[in-house]
Amino acid sequence: MGILRFLAKRLLFSVFVLFGLSILIFLISRVLPGDPVRMALGPRAPEWAVQNLREQMHLDKPLPVQYYYWLVGALHGDLGQSLFTRRAVIDDIKEFLPATMELALFAGVIMAIFGILFGAIAGRYNNTWVDNVVRVFSYIGVVTPSFVFAILFLLLFGYLLGWFPTAGRLSPWVPRPPVITGMVTVDALLTGNWGALGDALWHMVLPAVALALGGMAQEARITRATISDNLKKDYIASAKGFGVPERLVMLKYLLKPSLIPTVSILGLDFASLLGNAFLVELIFNWPGFSRYGINAMLRKDLNAIAAVVMVLGVVFVTVNIIVDLVVAWLDPRIRLGAERGK
Amino acid sequence: MGGALLAIRDLFVEFKVYEGKLKVLNGVFLSVREGQRVGLVGEAGCGKTTTMKCVLRILPSPPGRITKGEILFRGEDILRMPPRKVQRIRGRGISMIFQDPTAALNPVFTIGDQLMTVIRYGSHDSLTRREVRQRAIKALAEVQLPDPERIMASYPIQLSGGMRQRVCIAMALATEPELLIADEPTTNLDVTIQDQVLRLLNELVVRRKTSVIFITHSLGVVREMADWVYVMYAGNIIEGGPKGDLFREPLHPYTRGLMRAVPKLTGGGIAEGIPGRIPDYLDPPPGCRFHPRCEHAMPRCSQKNPPFRPVREGHEVACFLYQE
Ligand SMILES: Nc1ncnc2c1ncn2[C@@H]1O[C@H](COP(=O)(O)OP(=O)(O)OP(=O)(O)O)[C@@H](O)[C@H]1O
Ligand code: SF4
Ligand SMILES: [Mg+2]
Repeated sequence: MGILRFLAKRLLFSVFVLFGLSILIFLISRVLPGDPVRMALGPRAPEWAVQNLREQMHLDKPLPVQYYYWLVGALHGDLGQSLFTRRAVIDDIKEFLPATMELALFAGVIMAIFGILFGAIAGRYNNTWVDNVVRVFSYIGVVTPSFVFAILFLLLFGYLLGWFPTAGRLSPWVPRPPVITGMVTVDALLTGNWGALGDALWHMVLPAVALALGGMAQEARITRATISDNLKKDYIASAKGFGVPERLVMLKYLLKPSLIPTVSILGLDFASLLGNAFLVELIFNWPGFSRYGINAMLRKDLNAIAAVVMVLGVVFVTVNIIVDLVVAWLDPRIRLGAERGK
Repeated sequence: MGGALLAIRDLFVEFKVYEGKLKVLNGVFLSVREGQRVGLVGEAGCGKTTTMKCVLRILPSPPGRITKGEILFRGEDILRMPPRKVQRIRGRGISMIFQDPTAALNPVFTIGDQLMTVIRYGSHDSLTRREVRQRAIKALAEVQLPDPERIMASYPIQLSGGMRQRVCIAMALATEPELLIADEPTTNLDVTIQDQVLRLLNELVVRRKTSVIFITHSLGVVREMADWVYVMYAGNIIEGGPKGDLFREPLHPYTRGLMRAVPKLTGGGIAEGIPGRIPDYLDPPPGCRFHPRCEHAMPRCSQKNPPFRPVREGHEVACFLYQE
């Protein structure tokens, strides 16, 4: 019961966040300099055509009315038309979002698993050489932007050593599995196409690792600090002192309380991962959402901008709800606080 | 001291900290015979908890390090045992109630989970899940906790300080240890329930004839609950003996100061009556660590640490006043 109320509360809160975000992005996109319709049609289009398109897109109406039209559409799953492709923005998103989500999710999983793993090992054996190695690498990871890793990996493992492909999601000779979710790996998995799955994963390794390293280093640092701190806690000494086997103490009684701070910031790290995806996608020629988003900004494609931001907002909010649920599961203090309605 | 259940001999411990090495334990001697209730008194920071953590080999390391000494349990040295053997002593041989019950309970697991894990791994017998659960409930009932079923499902934050300490006592006794170490089990509790908890604990160990080490700041508690008393100062056991003898005729100048400072038969803090304070472990005074505060200090007191020697039947002291 407690967890359902907790979830309901978080969902309600998220709706407010998304609503606020929609107003904000709507206003920002409209006050950017330049006439979007003129930009879309080009300098030589006749004035009546510009006027027509403007009316068609309600751009001649006052801002609140425009927002109203947009919101009603959005609630029905219609995010309007792109000024450039003249397609429904939602179709563009369906085309580009899965590629980015696939990359980001894969990177997110690498980030969480290896960040926690390395951090836990370094914390458990703190002040040994393992710890020092992890600390040096995580320091480098935190201060280096992901596009630098992307370029380095591309040059080293892509061109120089040739271990991994340098562009795209699939090799040209591998037929794309039928589109179900739009994520190549998932579609390959669902249709049992192991060849395509392997090839897709092989393509994803470099960009995903480049993208994951920053967050991974961050997770490793936090996990290391918590583990080495909690290792000195009385509850660990006490469990050991009662004859509970070392391995059980470490993997259960030390790990669970130590994961709380790490998991709490996973959501934020995932958000910055989506942000960093843009340059990494460019470098690896990954046909993703980020490039679509930046083009929308440059061309002042109003509906596309709003849609991109809203979709990222929904992803961010969803990831954070999941993170909150995991934290509540890990930490009864939060769960019980929520139950008491605090 | 051949027949001792536990014998700590010449134990040295250091802590490595940023500023350097804290030379905390400085040759500790202490022994417990079967069925004996030993009181260990000493002011804050003198090394009581550190000594006991060494006994269970749970001293956090780093920063702690045992540099010398032996700890014999039934004649075998715990410090030199393979880990598997140490594990068999923990729980069923020796168990410990920690000073601060809030710190000693894992905040993210239920009491039931923690207590049942302790029973499963710490007790002598191999038990089924149901038996483990029954024993856990029985253990909670024994420390007079109401509604044990509900407590099993609770997390530590849902309990009061007194209840948490009862849970810790239940855990420590659930494995039916031969030796129980009770590390100031009541200092973190409300004054009103301190007495209750102590009395309960005393009753339980007396009934089971468990050997016990009671650690405390309070001479009053020692008087009530112990048969044998050790006094600790700055990393050394400086005096030890049968309770009656020790209270009647304390030998070490520090012990005598304590007795003067504390009105007879009442509890209360330690060392208000002795000028000066516990020395710095980074750079402890050479020789007898008490010499800067001792009114009887002689030249050799600052050169050599006085050995811990019997002066008469069972009554031992570490002071040059009693040695040629
Ligand atoms: N983990 C640690 N790191 C550094 N120093 C420590 C650590 N644990 C103990 N010490 C040092 O060892 C000394 C003795 O500590 P210990 O906890 O054994 O004292 P105690 O006699 O149990 O005191 P109290 O009555 O306050 O519980 C302290 O003064 C402290 O400086
Ligand atoms: S050894 Fe010397 S300094 Fe230490 S207590 Fe005895 S008389 Fe005092
Ligand atoms: Mg202590």
